[in-house]
Amino acid sequence: MTARIGVVTFPGSLDDRDTQRAIRLAGAEPVALWHKDQDLKQVDAVVLPGGFSYGDYLRAGAISRFSPVMETVIEQAKAGLPVLGICNGFQILTEAHLLPGGMLGNDHLHFICRDQKLRVENAETSWTGDYRAGQEIHIPLKNMDGRYVADRYTLDKLEAEGRVVFRYLDFNPNGSLNDIAGITNEAGNVVGLMPHPEHAVEPLVGTGRTDGLPFFTSILKKLVNA
Amino acid sequence: MARVVVDVMLKPEILDPQGQAVQRALPRLGFEGISDVRQGKRFELEVDGPVDEAALARIRDLAESFLANTVIEDFTVRVDEVAEATK
Repeated sequence: MTARIGVVTFPGSLDDRDTQRAIRLAGAEPVALWHKDQDLKQVDAVVLPGGFSYGDYLRAGAISRFSPVMETVIEQAKAGLPVLGICNGFQILTEAHLLPGGMLGNDHLHFICRDQKLRVENAETSWTGDYRAGQEIHIPLKNMDGRYVADRYTLDKLEAEGRVVFRYLDFNPNGSLNDIAGITNEAGNVVGLMPHPEHAVEPLVGTGRTDGLPFFTSILKKLVNA
Repeated sequence: MARVVVDVMLKPEILDPQGQAVQRALPRLGFEGISDVRQGKRFELEVDGPVDEAALARIRDLAESFLANTVIEDFTVRVDEVAEATK
């Protein structure tokens, strides 16, 4: 039996179908979840996809964080369910306090869309096992509110515990502190990042590279071997 | 009915590029001597019934859990005295 990976659609999600496709390409079964579902349909992992849920009103991810599906996601993430938040999904994870710090508007106040170089800093999380620590990858980045901020204590703690999972290389696209592109929780099951691995899974589109696919093969391998 | 105002501001140590963009435009408009601008959000809540201590406590909970993200923002809650005076 193959792994079932849920993808939540919120009102305003954009990348839910691309994420489902990436999961299918990796060999797992994507399961569509709706933001009003409280039942996670017995999935083995959950992805919160990119987009502009609730129009990013109030703060990016702030309204989605209180949707019925998130009650269950928060509870199960704390119990070890692997959860990946991409872009808007990352913003939702910080608003839900499943990941520390917060996401604010880019320091240059513009929407940004580019092919971004990243360094994989932590290849031990549920979602990064198929990378090597120190590996440099290119995946697309597109956001308005991508500036990761946290207080000095939290930043020092993240760095000391190796919980910065991805760092921007060559160019900091949004003013994120410590060039942080993605982080994980203490247990390593919850990961959030601003760039979009689901847009780099087929050579024909996007960057022409498939540097994003290991996210989805990593979790599949982790679940199958569990 | 009464109005309660919740003001939300980014914490002082957090960079506010929107406020800076506004501040940089000021000399062009002939406003001198303003060295810093920070931009926040104001929520006006029309409350049914009396705004007693219990109602304010509920609004503070609302502000803390939803209207502000206290990881990055501070907030204040107050009764709108002008709205009170005109009723």
